[in-house]
Amino acid sequence: MRNFVERHTFWAFVILVSVAVFLWMIFAIWPEWLIDGLGRKKTFVKTFLNGVTLGGLYFLVASGFTLVFGLMRNVNLAHGSMYLLGAYIGYEVAELSGNWFLGLAIAFLAIAASGVLLQVLVFRRMEGDDLRQTLVTIGISIIAADLMLATWTGTTYQFTPPDWLYGATQLPIISVIKSSGTAVYIKYPVYRLMVLLVAITVGLGLWLFLNRTKIGMMIRAGVNDREMLAASGVNVQLVFALVFAIGAGLAGFAGVIGGTALSIAPGEDVRYLLASLVVVIVGGLGSVSGAAIGALLIGLAEQFGLAYFPTYGVVLTFLIMVVVLAVRPQGLMGGR
Amino acid sequence: MDTRALFSGSTSLSNIHPAIIVTAVFLLAYPSFASDFFIFQIGAYSLILGTIALSLMMLAGYGGMVSLAQLTAAGMAGYLVAILGENSVGVMGLGWPWWLTVVSAVLGAAIFSAFVGAISVRTEGIYTIMITLAIAVAFFYFVRQNYVLFNGFTGFAGVEPPTLFGVYWRDPTPFYYLSLVIAGGFVWAVFYASRSTFGLSLQAIRDNPRRMRALGYNVTLHRVAAYFFSGLIAGTAGVLLVWFNGRISPGSVGVDVVIDILVIAVVGGMRHPVGPFLGAIAFVLLENFAIDLIDRERFNTVIGIAFLLVVLFSPDGLLGIWNRIRSKIRFGRSGQQGASRRTGDDRQSAESSDNVKTQEEV
Amino acid sequence: MFGFVKKTLAVTAIMSLAGPAMAQETIKMGSLATLEGAFTVLGEDGMRGVRMALEEFGYMAGGKKIELITGSSDASPDSAIRATRKLVEQDGVKVLIGPLSGSEGLAVKDYSKTQPKVTFLNGSSAAQDTTLRSPSENFFRFSTEGAQWMAGLGEYVYKTKGYRSVAVLAEDYSFPYTQVFGFLEPFCRLGGKAPQDARFWVPIGNKDYSSVIAALPDDVDAIYVALGGADAVNFLTQYEQSGGDLPLIGGSITVDQTVLGSKGKTRRSVIGTPSAGPVSDTWDDARWSNFVAAYKKQFPKGFPSPSLFAHSYYVNTKAALLALDKVKGDLSDGGNKFRAALSSLEFETPTGMVKLDERRQAIADIFLTEVIEGPDGNLMNKTIKVIPQVNQTLGVSYEKFLKYGKVGRENPSCS
Repeated sequence: MRNFVERHTFWAFVILVSVAVFLWMIFAIWPEWLIDGLGRKKTFVKTFLNGVTLGGLYFLVASGFTLVFGLMRNVNLAHGSMYLLGAYIGYEVAELSGNWFLGLAIAFLAIAASGVLLQVLVFRRMEGDDLRQTLVTIGISIIAADLMLATWTGTTYQFTPPDWLYGATQLPIISVIKSSGTAVYIKYPVYRLMVLLVAITVGLGLWLFLNRTKIGMMIRAGVNDREMLAASGVNVQLVFALVFAIGAGLAGFAGVIGGTALSIAPGEDVRYLLASLVVVIVGGLGSVSGAAIGALLIGLAEQFGLAYFPTYGVVLTFLIMVVVLAVRPQGLMGGR
Repeated sequence: MDTRALFSGSTSLSNIHPAIIVTAVFLLAYPSFASDFFIFQIGAYSLILGTIALSLMMLAGYGGMVSLAQLTAAGMAGYLVAILGENSVGVMGLGWPWWLTVVSAVLGAAIFSAFVGAISVRTEGIYTIMITLAIAVAFFYFVRQNYVLFNGFTGFAGVEPPTLFGVYWRDPTPFYYLSLVIAGGFVWAVFYASRSTFGLSLQAIRDNPRRMRALGYNVTLHRVAAYFFSGLIAGTAGVLLVWFNGRISPGSVGVDVVIDILVIAVVGGMRHPVGPFLGAIAFVLLENFAIDLIDRERFNTVIGIAFLLVVLFSPDGLLGIWNRIRSKIRFGRSGQQGASRRTGDDRQSAESSDNVKTQEEV
Repeated sequence: MFGFVKKTLAVTAIMSLAGPAMAQETIKMGSLATLEGAFTVLGEDGMRGVRMALEEFGYMAGGKKIELITGSSDASPDSAIRATRKLVEQDGVKVLIGPLSGSEGLAVKDYSKTQPKVTFLNGSSAAQDTTLRSPSENFFRFSTEGAQWMAGLGEYVYKTKGYRSVAVLAEDYSFPYTQVFGFLEPFCRLGGKAPQDARFWVPIGNKDYSSVIAALPDDVDAIYVALGGADAVNFLTQYEQSGGDLPLIGGSITVDQTVLGSKGKTRRSVIGTPSAGPVSDTWDDARWSNFVAAYKKQFPKGFPSPSLFAHSYYVNTKAALLALDKVKGDLSDGGNKFRAALSSLEFETPTGMVKLDERRQAIADIFLTEVIEGPDGNLMNKTIKVIPQVNQTLGVSYEKFLKYGKVGRENPSCS
């Protein structure tokens, strides 16, 4: 961070000021002119929180995607299908066993296993041919989407999270002061806060894994130079399989988490695949911290777009992507 | 196995030559024995889809850039025809003369395609798929939400070709011949361009951009120019498409159709400009008659499996399968001679691309 | 693969040659529904409606045998046109029932103008302009459309529930525009208000309503929600989760059985929500219960109760068959007598009498419903009132109705 401040002092200053303004807007009571201009504080704060929590969900989905690309140069366009399949599997398990956490765990393991199978049986044979691998993933996603449609039909499925996760909680943020003088606090769904918490935990976990363990070191080395990694005697195929397992598993895991927040239906696979694409293009392919920043940016853009200009809000995220590509093609944190 | 085998732009001209004459005769005489439905919905539609896939094949095969925004360029042209010309919805429809509308639409699509190229070519090859997919989806969302220009969800209807020389060009037979002339023209143009200086430098850029840059070629400009030309092809096909349907709406440029075009191009074969048309014919026949023969519901699974099989086992698609069958027939059951024939192909292709000395990358 | 393709071509060529010869004894009827993609379950139910009507007539009408040929689309107008073209030009159907969705219906109507010798009947498409503006001479719609479905709801909400101002939350395309129009027009005429800045048009397929919920105003009496299927399920869950407590008013597909019966925590906040539509699951009339019983008997694997798609397709198919009986199956004059019979047809359906207006649009009964908790804790719709014989111009003259303008985001302005 010090490096960043030193090299880009102007931008660091801008970011600092924006963060300060944001924090003031959230914690202070709004004066009349601000309410007239921007609408109610409740809308703003809730939209902001929605954006941050949605960003957390996008990070969960995109981190697996960027990890797989970073190491294996494989743009896994079946990532969305893995998300959806994880959600369906998690749903079935949770319904059968009555335990939501069990569904979560099985979804992670099942999709991780599928990832390993794909890597070992299919992608290994196409080493070096990035384009062909990508085309294979497209084919897999087409078939998977159709088979899932056949199995689970077009109905929407809703998870039943444990009771203590359901409902809204009061946050220590004041919305308005009523004329009687009492403060009205902002209520926010517990579940979405939990999504944010999980995303932060997973992010920290990934960071620790990549930066503080031996395997993580190997992965980072492989991202930089695959041939050297193999030359230094590491079983590269094992590392690849492990990374694909983690990447796919994260997708399935995110499927259950996201599915509980926003229900599962056909078409979610394309939606989350596109979100991952935009997030990693903005954040930089291969960079987990880039995925975090990109996810936050895209989540905020999407929610603010939806709340304040719903007609073109959907296009806003793509607009950001185009701007980033025009200015800095490798993404905000991308190295290459 | 390296990417080039999938997208080698070199062709084995002597292999196909006799078939060209037979095919040409068949295509020209087709309307004399086929029903109206077959001429219009099978014949003309395959030609249109094939032309859009041709623009993709041109970028991917000769340029090494798999752009999923070709259908979007075609859709852009279609929308421009509806906006600048006449439509029955009462939105826009500026009523320009048909030739001005068509030319503006095709140019608009080409410029759009060049813009897409400008955004995507500064990144590595594999990024292109992602970026163009995202752009295609962004376009879909935009035209769905915007009512002033694009009439949103409902789209435009009542878009018709003009009546020229006493012929109403949307009648099955005239329309078929129109599509045939355009498709044939573009096939010849792409073929010719692949052998021109521009085409050869493009293929060289595909194989080794760094070397070309060192030699002094403006790599970015070449690539953007390729996008522009492919936009011209896709745009013309887009005009035909909107005339074919008589309407255009966001559904015409959605993700499903975008992927369909990719499937058509890959399954047909990206080695030769004829490949996309084979893929288009197979696709259209399957789409229309699958309901009579197998369960229509699982149409996408069938398409996906065909696509997967092609990518895994026969990277040249239907065209590659055809070549292999033909070499087997020519040499009987001797697989070994068939194999030497194939190496002969490679040698031949190595010779023909000798003008720009490319080298196998380590 | 090529051999297979060649065989297909040969077979179809022979069949198309043999086609005309067979037309004397059988009548080819085509049926088009969304049998691909996410709307497959709805399309399947529509097909069930067609089959129910054919079963009732024993697959015979006017002394001739009916041969049913199915076509499939994926809810996009382009695919609907291709499937229609195949049914009409390749398979040679003389009567076509379909399509399912509103935008497909508009496209099929345009196509029908190019095929004057074929008769087109609606499936369940409910866009207003299919019959209101530039209708087609050979397109008949015996089912009601989106604005008609809202009949009675505006008045009920104003007079009985006492709401004076509403916020609107709907998807951003033509069908919800029509529904909002049908609801607000009488509501505003009585004096109700629906300010423009309290109208939220969300993109289709939007799953995350949290920000929209955050932006909803507090100073309205109720929220009119015209979302469908998955979007409705999501919104209701998220609304309850965020502690929202404004009463709701439902569009025709917002609180139907698919939404109320979807798996997940029961949404208590939905109880008491009024809505209106072409069918009511709990109507205690014999005509409806017979229909439901026949549906359950013929399709044990279908929905618990026939959806409005099954009902709509059933009514339209039955109309075709009744008219064929009237002209004794004679379609030799290009179907002119047949279409004349259709125009003057008036018959009893499971939801009451139906007849056509001068633009071949149905005039039928509409049901006003409210969500209640059933005896075993699940949610269902109770029939409050039957609004009889609603026509497309909602009671005013055609010229006056056209002056209201096309449905859109700001129609009616109502502030």
